[in-house]
Amino acid sequence: MMPDFSDPAIRRMTIGSALLFVVFVAAWEWGPPLFGIPSYIIPPASKVWHEFVRMLGSDRLMYHTGITAMQVFAGFILGMLLGMAVGFALGMSPTAEFMLSPYILALQIAPKVAFAPLFVIWFGYTVYPKILVAVLIVFFPVMINVLGAVRAIDPDIVRLAKSFSAGPVRIFRMIEFPASLPPFFAGLRIAATLAVIGVVVGELVGGNQGLGYLLTFGEGSANTPMVFVTIIMLTLIGIALYGIIVLIENRVLHWLPGRARKAV
Amino acid sequence: MARIRLECRNVTKRFAAARKGGPPVTAVADLNFTIGDGEVVSLIGPSGCGKSTLLNMGSGLDPASDGEVLIDGEKVTGPNAHVAFMLQKDLLLPWRNIRENVEFGLEIRGRPAAERRAVALDLLAKCRLPAFADHYPHQLSGGMRQRAALARTLAVDPAVLLMDEPFSALDAQTKMVLQQDLARMLAETGKTALFVTHDLVEAIALSDRVLVMSQRPGRIIEEIPVDIPGRGNPMERRKSPRLGPYVARLMELLHIDETLA
Repeated sequence: MMPDFSDPAIRRMTIGSALLFVVFVAAWEWGPPLFGIPSYIIPPASKVWHEFVRMLGSDRLMYHTGITAMQVFAGFILGMLLGMAVGFALGMSPTAEFMLSPYILALQIAPKVAFAPLFVIWFGYTVYPKILVAVLIVFFPVMINVLGAVRAIDPDIVRLAKSFSAGPVRIFRMIEFPASLPPFFAGLRIAATLAVIGVVVGELVGGNQGLGYLLTFGEGSANTPMVFVTIIMLTLIGIALYGIIVLIENRVLHWLPGRARKAV
Repeated sequence: MARIRLECRNVTKRFAAARKGGPPVTAVADLNFTIGDGEVVSLIGPSGCGKSTLLNMGSGLDPASDGEVLIDGEKVTGPNAHVAFMLQKDLLLPWRNIRENVEFGLEIRGRPAAERRAVALDLLAKCRLPAFADHYPHQLSGGMRQRAALARTLAVDPAVLLMDEPFSALDAQTKMVLQQDLARMLAETGKTALFVTHDLVEAIALSDRVLVMSQRPGRIIEEIPVDIPGRGNPMERRKSPRLGPYVARLMELLHIDETLA
């Protein structure tokens, strides 16, 4: 959704945030030397920009960004599907939830990135350990939110559907699935940022491609601008994923109060 | 009396005890009554006397422990096309607009989209909501939402309507307007209804007969035919001087005065 620029208040705020950006870049460029901070600690904006251009040419920056982005998206999609499936399954079967909840809780509390070395041992320096960490880390917020949503459905709504002779498939399609969507998307927003973390940690642990690899490379050669560029690229991947989710969410959840009028 | 639409024969419902090993709780005991075609009957009684249990058995969601509930002479063994129920909660689905909510039951029953739409729009007009077909439930007031729920209940064209305190969550004035709407619709369509309520005046204003239930285990202790003209016009009935004695009789039967002590 684009902001409404005909509104003077919004126009003022837009100009304000553009000004803030200029101030931020200026402070980044001239601030550190002013305080005597050497450029290998905080390289100024122009140096980072030059490094970005150099990396595009000689370090195959786009190739590595593409690899990381692909792993993030693959892990995100798989983790999302898995989280949804398990969330619905547990939501519909209290028995299964009761029996599995201790394991799920343990796995949820375990720091997922700690699994990265294990997955590297299992699958070697391939894309799979990175995708797997992302799957694991995306799985939980999605699963928990879908499970909670299925549990929160008013049983009287299900009784109403049953009184009209609805079977389990119809109840799923007409009630449980749509009712789970708002929390599902809330889970996806959280998962989007986590997916990037999962993949980067996987790449830091081992491999010779992806932005995580460039991070270790930049660290090893004390190339601070390179580390800065890589962090920015990682952030951009996260923003792209988050933006796609918000875009889809606005389409799908147009009926939510407060959205109903804006989205058409 | 006209053809019997709903009949309860020796209906008893017991629930397993809350505590393990305790005696089962009898919600309703040995209910016997019939409701004729086009009749509107209210069921009134103290809290927890099993009124809602009775409606659940009528809609086939809950089997009777003993005895049988018959609708149009057929024993109720599960959800069926002859009944539709309406609760205090409107149960509108927030992701469906009002028209789609009204179509809910028809959609489950697999009716074609064009037919569903026509039925829904017709009923929304009758329920004085024609301009709100494309609105979502959160955009409507409580009274409008309950009118939409009424349209959804009528959409499946049930032989018998089972209503469980449908207006008890509404403010007093909205409630009177909705009672008027309901009574008018029931009179126009000639529908049969069993109406559970806590509101004595509502019971008298809306019905042909009032059934009074006892404390748990609920039994029917009195049947009061309402002999005030104009069942299709509860507003007028409310103003009738003949209403007072009925209310007094119900208060007496339910021991409402005594609970003050």
